[in-house]
Amino acid sequence: MIEVTGLSKRFANKHVLKGLEITVTPGEIVALLGANGAGKTTLLRILAALSNPTLGKIKIGGHALPAEAAAARGRIGFLGHKTLLYSDLSAEQNLLFCSRLYGIQNANSRVDEVLELVNLFRRKRDPVRIFSRGMLQRLSIGRAILHNPQVLLLDEAHTGLDQDSAAMLNELLRSLSKEGATILMASHDLDRVSELAYRVDVLVSGRIAASRSKSEKSSSSLAQFYADALQSEKRGPRGN
Amino acid sequence: MEIKSPGFLASIKAILWKDIAIEWRSRQMLSAMMIFALLVILIFNFALELDARARINVTAGVLWATFAFAGTLGLNRSMAIEKEGDALDGLLLAPIDRSTIYFGKLLGNLLFMFVVELITLPVYSVLYNVNLFNAGLLLVIVLGSLGYAAVGTLLASMAVQARTRDLLLPVLLFPVVIPALVAAIRASSGFLSGLEVEFIMPSLNLLIAYDLVMLALAYMFFDFVIEE
Amino acid sequence: MKNDYLDETPQLLKVLNWISVLLLLIASWMVFFYAPLEAVMGQVQRVFYFHVAAGWLGMAAFFVAVVAGIAYLIRRTAKWDVLGVAAVELGLIYMFVNIVSGSIWARPAWNSWWTWDPRLVTATVMELVYLAYLMLRQGIEEPERRARFGAVYAILGFATVPLTFFSIRIWRTIHPVVIGSGDAGAKGSFEMTSTMLQTFMFSLATFTVLGIVLLWHRYRLGKLEAQVEEMRMEALDY
Repeated sequence: MIEVTGLSKRFANKHVLKGLEITVTPGEIVALLGANGAGKTTLLRILAALSNPTLGKIKIGGHALPAEAAAARGRIGFLGHKTLLYSDLSAEQNLLFCSRLYGIQNANSRVDEVLELVNLFRRKRDPVRIFSRGMLQRLSIGRAILHNPQVLLLDEAHTGLDQDSAAMLNELLRSLSKEGATILMASHDLDRVSELAYRVDVLVSGRIAASRSKSEKSSSSLAQFYADALQSEKRGPRGN
Repeated sequence: MEIKSPGFLASIKAILWKDIAIEWRSRQMLSAMMIFALLVILIFNFALELDARARINVTAGVLWATFAFAGTLGLNRSMAIEKEGDALDGLLLAPIDRSTIYFGKLLGNLLFMFVVELITLPVYSVLYNVNLFNAGLLLVIVLGSLGYAAVGTLLASMAVQARTRDLLLPVLLFPVVIPALVAAIRASSGFLSGLEVEFIMPSLNLLIAYDLVMLALAYMFFDFVIEE
Repeated sequence: MKNDYLDETPQLLKVLNWISVLLLLIASWMVFFYAPLEAVMGQVQRVFYFHVAAGWLGMAAFFVAVVAGIAYLIRRTAKWDVLGVAAVELGLIYMFVNIVSGSIWARPAWNSWWTWDPRLVTATVMELVYLAYLMLRQGIEEPERRARFGAVYAILGFATVPLTFFSIRIWRTIHPVVIGSGDAGAKGSFEMTSTMLQTFMFSLATFTVLGIVLLWHRYRLGKLEAQVEEMRMEALDY
């Protein structure tokens, strides 16, 4: 469960998020759209407790941020722009280390399970240094779900994935959401979004400017909806 | 699936183990530090050009200068590993106490310094015909390295986040590590020349005081340095 | 940050400007004409008044930086960071005066430009620490991180000062210095007469007022810089 009200984030003199509100319930997959630099990554990092909000109330996985950040972390899985991996270690070693950080019992079998899931079992002893972009991304995904998080935060998860891997990821996300996980994914890829997301939120000018559920009957396509949302905000504050 | 938040010691152990595993697989850092240390000793030999007797007097100084310089390589590399791929974020995401990151990195840095120091000692002994197998000396090396690594780990975490990262660490580290170096050299010299312990105590006490103060401050400030 | 620094210099500061100039003139007169000629060292001893005052005030300035650093880490308001930088710069200047005047004193007294006296060495190490502080700040672009790291280093650096001092004192007692001058204790030991004391206290007061004036100006400058930066960022946002 993710509940955010009045979230603001200011970096030195830049106001990135301004009074943002968003709610994602367990079992939902919500896609976050927005232009580059709109604040998607900032939002995800705040929700992952990597960054502190300037103002606002956040509740994630049943814990308030930033007060209960330590308790919340065990329930959150995060996939960012960087791999979070140690290139000199093998895939297996990376995941084993991660499992120790999360206090996972029966780590060896869990790691093998995840490696199978992301199709890297046969490469598990290879140093990550030699992995391709797609393999790195798959391993990072594995790392994010290793501890069976209640909440999954994904930043451009499909980057670098070929068709098969992308399909694998979609399957994974669908099954996780069926099991009750709360999934928020930032994306640029409208095709992926329409395949997966139950709802689409558009982040413009520091807030969620527009939102559309899959269940809503609508005449316009997703692309049209997105373009309109971006435009309306541009018009908004200027009043023309 | 069961998740228990890992304990304090377990997290430190995990981080230490990870650093050892990385070094084991890449073997970059230790070899670089080792070669560097030996080169520094060689340079000192030519720079100082001493006869056998004078050499005994400067041994402590040469050793500590060597450790201080080689140490920066290890500190830099240790933090650079976490910067690559933003692996540090991976540590910050985990449900571990953040101070375990400090202690885990500190122990790793300390361990690598010890390896370099323990190899340097016999090499120096052989090259200069000086007996360095001295319990007091070993004690000073442990205490001195501890203080150095305690501050160094914190400062390396800062330096690695700056644009001028490689230049910055020595500039930040050396002025604040001077008390430890001075005391360590004084104490090492004392032990090597067989001075009575009561004359060495002031230096040892200072070194211990330095270690305690710096450990406390570094531990307190580490959170401020790695937060976003 | 409020727009109060585009306004003109506060009245008090203007007055202090003049007072500090006046005090400096009087203090200089006192040092050269009012204070007596010291028997053993002669004219060179006159360096003592400004040398010690600069040393104490330099330390005080660095201490202000520590306080500002702690305040910043707790409050996270930019003004503490501005104060911290101003205090460090002031400290660097005063300490530099202290070191150079100490060197000038050493020359005729012991025939060398440098003595490994614990105080002189500690002053030099402090200078290096705070120069490192400036280099640290220079290497970081984000203002918030720059302020945070600066605060940490300013505090850490100050904590090492007593340790440095004692480590060198211990060094000196066990092995008297072979290169350079003689005994640390002999430095400037002379009897202080009452006129000397008055001159010294006056110098101290002068440097204190001067220090406050310089700090205040630098602080205002810093806030102005920050404001300009803020306005620039806001303009870019649109």
